Amino acid sequence: MTLSKVDMDELMAPFPDKVVRNRKKHIVQKDCTESCQQIEANTRTVPGIITQRGCCYAGCKGVVVGPIKDMVTITHGPIGCAYYSWGTRRNKIRADDNTPAEDLYGAMCFSTDMQESDIVFGGEKKLAKMIDEIVGIFHPRAINICATCPIGLIGDDLGAVSKAAEERHGIQVLHYDCEGYKGVSQSAGHHIANNQIMEHIIGKGTDKVDGKYLVNFLGEYNIGGDAWEIEKLLEQIGYKIVSTLTGDSAYVNIRNMHQVHLNLVQCHRSINYIADMMETKYGTPWLKVNFIGIEATIESLRDIAQCFGDKDLIKRTEFVIEKELAAVTPEIERYKKICNGKSAFAFVGGSRSHHYQYLLRDLGMDVTVAGYEFAHRDDYEGREVIPTIKSDADSRNIPELHIEADQEMYEEPHIHLKMSKEKYDELVASGKLGNYEGMYPDMVDGGIMIDDANHYETEELIEIFKPDLIFTGIKDKYISHKMGVPSKQMHSYDYSGPYTCFRGAVTFAEDVANALSTPAWKMITPPWDKADIEGGE
Amino acid sequence: MGVKHMRQIAIYGKGGIGKSTTTQNTVAALAALGKKVLVVGCDPKADSTRLLLHGLCQKTVLDTLRDEGDDIDLEDVLKPGFGETLCVESGGPEPGVGCAGRGIITSINLLESLGAYTDDLDYVFYDVLGDVVCGGFAMPIREGKAQEIYIVASGELMALYAANNISKGIKKYAETGGVRLGGIICNSRKVDNELELLEAFAKELGSQLIYFVPRDNLVQRAEINKKTVVDFDPESNQANEYRSLAKAIDENKMFVIPKPMTQDRLEELMMEHGFLGM
Repeated sequence: MTLSKVDMDELMAPFPDKVVRNRKKHIVQKDCTESCQQIEANTRTVPGIITQRGCCYAGCKGVVVGPIKDMVTITHGPIGCAYYSWGTRRNKIRADDNTPAEDLYGAMCFSTDMQESDIVFGGEKKLAKMIDEIVGIFHPRAINICATCPIGLIGDDLGAVSKAAEERHGIQVLHYDCEGYKGVSQSAGHHIANNQIMEHIIGKGTDKVDGKYLVNFLGEYNIGGDAWEIEKLLEQIGYKIVSTLTGDSAYVNIRNMHQVHLNLVQCHRSINYIADMMETKYGTPWLKVNFIGIEATIESLRDIAQCFGDKDLIKRTEFVIEKELAAVTPEIERYKKICNGKSAFAFVGGSRSHHYQYLLRDLGMDVTVAGYEFAHRDDYEGREVIPTIKSDADSRNIPELHIEADQEMYEEPHIHLKMSKEKYDELVASGKLGNYEGMYPDMVDGGIMIDDANHYETEELIEIFKPDLIFTGIKDKYISHKMGVPSKQMHSYDYSGPYTCFRGAVTFAEDVANALSTPAWKMITPPWDKADIEGGE
Repeated sequence: MGVKHMRQIAIYGKGGIGKSTTTQNTVAALAALGKKVLVVGCDPKADSTRLLLHGLCQKTVLDTLRDEGDDIDLEDVLKPGFGETLCVESGGPEPGVGCAGRGIITSINLLESLGAYTDDLDYVFYDVLGDVVCGGFAMPIREGKAQEIYIVASGELMALYAANNISKGIKKYAETGGVRLGGIICNSRKVDNELELLEAFAKELGSQLIYFVPRDNLVQRAEINKKTVVDFDPESNQANEYRSLAKAIDENKMFVIPKPMTQDRLEELMMEHGFLGM
């Protein structure tokens, strides 16, 4: 596929000069003749622009802590924040050996429902009373409290309320100062959630977890059951997942996460903080993986096996790959006939616009425009740019934990992987461990990489590239529908999924093929063109 | 009798300067002149009407709102005070919690919807906490509520500094709404050259020193007895002073958009007129 050069000046012509100067830095058209092109990211959205971004609370509660199934998560604030972050991401949960059904709270919504007089008089007493009621009714293992904007404004002391509640009830009560206005996007909330989970949950478990190959699966939120596909696959080979973070995860398991041999990182943006901090504190090495896409899954499975270097494990890995591949190939080939040569846009998350490129490539499709809502430069350009990222007032506003090696629990990374130091050094030299190269290397030549895209730019890029399908969130979905382009909601997969691993790829291929072959999209006249027909203004 | 023009007046000034005392004494004097006055206390401490009510108001607007929900009667919060004045306290959270500013907004909106501002009123006085620390405390001068403001000050630098700061807030709302500065009231601290300094300060703001209230221990004595001076000792000289202040406000025609000064200029004024120059 050859893509023509986009005239950025023309694209941005309607913007004021100051906005053009800002937005130009957030858009890069890939030019293979150049080495990695720099992109600006994780900076404030231009006021007035209709952004795709969410808030800090959405990142903390909605993404990271909400899915923990055996903790009651209280939204301390007016009811809207709680309601609109309730179940919208379809993070599925189920009971298991460590967590019986009565300890599951994922389907429920807890909020202090702050009213005007609570704002005036402060919400601390109401919150404390709610905690008492929750303990009385549900007896949860632990409680999260997530702050919303007004709580930060009136200055409720969540630390004091949680501490007092811990003393009253003898369970952990964690609070997250994730007021919506903090930071520039939901990314701030991920970081705040990572800090609290790292500091107060991970490493507190004392039950010994047995298993030859223990891993955590970080940055996987079990949308539509994604994590269960991954778990099935890894268990077939012989790995044991101690905990995911945080899809279908349990507080009781997160406490034991420090016992693993290797951390697997799927969503780099939302969880790399914990991967990094666990490496510092416990010496746990981490590996970036991607189970979205058949080829990507195969590569990830092989990479994980290489990390342990065990011959049997490698053999079992190849056996499982062969078996799974044989089971799905005929169906994938059938859908590929419909999908081949088509193009797509991907605007989702801070890692998934990259992940889905693999899966679409399996179907013969190219992603011509890919954007992240809340990524940082390293998610586009790779982790080697981290030392060059300038911190600004917004990023300094989010606390950084100062982690040191744990005196009792730290072990050298090669001991975690049960290999010699020399062999471990070879593994590190291969560039796989503790590394992520970002989205840029996988973009097609001439493809657009766009940070914090807005409605105007999205519409213009649709006109220019005429994609066959758009993967995005709820804010753009219906704009694209009105323009006659099918769109899939990637924050919840609409009502579908799982999309991970081999079988998930088939479900995804079916959904994509359905969208591409639905004739309705070609029959749509956008409302803004209809005015002429009906003799409107 | 035709519809009277209701004058809504907000009193601002540095914390502890004597806003509540001055306001209540002035209101008592106005009431004695036969004026119908409503006093709205905008301080979470709810002590703006204590002298008129001969004791603290037992039930504030916000307390009532919290306890009774939306089902509030005006009689629950509006109490008759000295000289047929009407007294109401916004109330608010205890120190260090919640949002007192939001409380003022909620409370004033509620008073309006309950119909506290009746046509027979000559005056509404808002007695507002200390400095204008946030948007909530500017509520009485926003959205066309109080049109006149008087700032209580003294010859001390901090009092003038606060008065100047408040003028900045008035200027902001004067340009978008109709609020004007009616003058500076000096509640004397017996600082040297106080009268000259205050006159110069008011002039520099483009306003006037509307009245100089001398210091008199009778004010404290009346306060201990939970009364205004006009109520406690109507024949006294200090009662006359408050009556004169009330008359000056009643007859005031000078309403300006203040011209706040720089900190340097304010200190210069102190050098020229105040004790710093001595």
